[in-house]
Amino acid sequence: MFKKNMAPRRMKQMGARSSTDGHFLQQAYIYKVVLLGGTTVGKSSIAFRYVKNDFKESMPTVGCSFFTQQVCLETATVKLEIWDTAGQEQYQSICHLYYRGAKAALLVYDITRKETFARAKLWLRELEKEFLHDEMVIILVGNKTDLADQREVTFEEAEEFAKIKSLMYMETSAKSNYQVTELFTAIAHELLKQEQQEDPGLQLRKNSCVDLQEPNGQTKKCCMS
Amino acid sequence: MATGEPDSPAQEGMALSQEEDRLCPADTGGDKLSTGLEELPAPQSNGPMRSVDGQEEPSDKDLSDSASTDTALEDSSEFGRPLMVGACETGAAAVPPTRRDEDVTAASWRARRKHIFVLSEAGKPIYSRYGNEEALSSTMGVMMALVSFIQSGDNAIRSIYSDDRKLVFVQQGPLVLVSVSRTLQSEQQLRQELLYVYYQILSMLTQVSITRIFERKKNYDLRRLLAGSEKILDRLINLVESDPSFLLGAVRCLPLPASLREALGALLQKAITPNLVFSILVARSQLVTAVQERAVIEECRLEPTDLHLLLNLIGASSAFQAGEIWTPICLPRFNPDGYFYAYISYLDAECTVCLVLLSTDKESFYAVSDCKKRVEEAMRTQGSLQALSGGLQSPSYGVGQVGVPDLRHFLYKPLDIPENYRQLPQFTSPELEGPYCSEEEQHRLFDLYHYLHSRIHSTSRPLRLIYHVAEKETLLAWVTSKFELYTCFSPLVTKAGAINVLTKLLRWIKREEDRLFIRYPPKYSTTPNPGKGTKGGRPDNAENGFFAGL
Repeated sequence: MFKKNMAPRRMKQMGARSSTDGHFLQQAYIYKVVLLGGTTVGKSSIAFRYVKNDFKESMPTVGCSFFTQQVCLETATVKLEIWDTAGQEQYQSICHLYYRGAKAALLVYDITRKETFARAKLWLRELEKEFLHDEMVIILVGNKTDLADQREVTFEEAEEFAKIKSLMYMETSAKSNYQVTELFTAIAHELLKQEQQEDPGLQLRKNSCVDLQEPNGQTKKCCMS
Repeated sequence: MATGEPDSPAQEGMALSQEEDRLCPADTGGDKLSTGLEELPAPQSNGPMRSVDGQEEPSDKDLSDSASTDTALEDSSEFGRPLMVGACETGAAAVPPTRRDEDVTAASWRARRKHIFVLSEAGKPIYSRYGNEEALSSTMGVMMALVSFIQSGDNAIRSIYSDDRKLVFVQQGPLVLVSVSRTLQSEQQLRQELLYVYYQILSMLTQVSITRIFERKKNYDLRRLLAGSEKILDRLINLVESDPSFLLGAVRCLPLPASLREALGALLQKAITPNLVFSILVARSQLVTAVQERAVIEECRLEPTDLHLLLNLIGASSAFQAGEIWTPICLPRFNPDGYFYAYISYLDAECTVCLVLLSTDKESFYAVSDCKKRVEEAMRTQGSLQALSGGLQSPSYGVGQVGVPDLRHFLYKPLDIPENYRQLPQFTSPELEGPYCSEEEQHRLFDLYHYLHSRIHSTSRPLRLIYHVAEKETLLAWVTSKFELYTCFSPLVTKAGAINVLTKLLRWIKREEDRLFIRYPPKYSTTPNPGKGTKGGRPDNAENGFFAGL
């Protein structure tokens, strides 16, 4: 039983797979999403807001923190495996452990600290070394809009940069719960969109998913395996 | 552990930061500058370093490689004066909002009970318990000057005693740790505390990477790698002062019915995966049970120090409470140069019961996470989580349960546990109550315990039994081949009376020992080849397959 669970985990790095957790009713897509950025930009707070819908002044992350969350879109359910990494340099070298196989990366910076924006750019360079451009959805996230009066990075500046590098771009506030859920929903949408572009036959397969609900659909699957 | 290992986090982390150095000031054209570690510039040719938040520049300028001892000595009056005069502005001014912003020239800063400083051999500040390290760079310069001066005479400075303060110096590799204390603690105890601080730093960076970093660049600013970790050190120092586990070098177990503890141990024994080495179940920083890889404990064991450092790290990061954690961690007493990969997850919504699984394989997150699911599942079917949380609702036990009149508190560390050599040293003590509810009173009590401990363990004149009449209480400490015991009585008790009732206390502990201590720690075997594994326990054995993943 446990072996069965583990094997597809490794496969999932290749992209979507059907869920083995017994949800034969609907096709589930699992994507690994990684949060990157400097210290105290609010990576853990964004994750915490998204998963627990709460905010607390948190201590620095040690190593990496792992969450899962389901996003229900009109066409499919997407399960996001969120890896919230530590911003500290001591953990940076092992970050590749965390972002390997990731399908989406959130480059988080603090809009009130210019140097965190530079840090996010640095992270982008790291990712560019590791991934081909179309291999990963990258989204630039300016966090802490609740501190807009102390803003050092303008919306336009970041947007311009995102445009040049063809990244997605969003501003959020984990503290005042601004656009956090939207952020992850947007990622899920984008991931699904890319999946469908990559694989035009997906639409067809999705229809067959519906067939799996039928009893004979299930038996058919059993016979195949 | 081979030194040329490319996989250690700190090393590569440094490579990245090096790149960032170049990127930040110019912010353009950084692409062509990506270098490996081999091409590190010589310290002199390297411009001022910048941290992520760009605050370090000033201190980097004053603290060049040559650590100008002259300027440092000029400034020494700032620190030296109050030290000699013994100014006693105890608690004079209000405590500033955060200790980082504390004014280091203020009387209140100097009046702190205990300062802890960590600096590099180049005199660069790494950590200060109170106040900003940069503001203290000249003070730390003086400290380094003292260390180097004595060193130049082929000697090592150990301590300086003034009227009301002790300064204790510990040098460990390229790091110098200094404690400036007004407490009653002995030099030996202060030294032990500094070692805890040192080990906590190792637990994050490992000894080999620290050595390597400073070999390559003498005036490297280690705070870059420790950014954010100050809170972990702050918390550790507070704990060391208030938690007897550190003083006794022993682990406090959660009092539990032996059957429940055994069931939980058996459950951990079953949830294993290759390369898993330790499975530890903790509830509110108290040990529930710990299972070790059979081969590992052949010659080594989980040291209390390592467990304390691990638990402090867990406690210091609230992020642990939200998701599943996967982090490299070094257990310095087990092996100061290697990393384990720690999986940490809370099992209940209230975040009181915590499962820690240590693996040597950094790729094994999903496999280890799966172990946790099995533990969770089994605990649910057995209902042991409720039993555990139920026990946690009430305080562990009060001194009243012992039924010894006038007894206020005690610490008991058994020395005769079966299988002692492979056992985790443990101790037990009741909840603090009665007059010891305020932090101030608790400090006072622990000061007294520290004092008794220092007399018992004095290197020159150790004692077996000490009866001490303090201002507000009477204490009795007693060490035999079977136990080490510290008791605190109300002030009216007589010496004969105290000694008489000790038998009653000892009898109570004997009766309860199955509940208070882990008597027979369970083991498991996760290495496919046991012959290979037996050697694997040796920390410095580079050849074996056991630490291949490190």
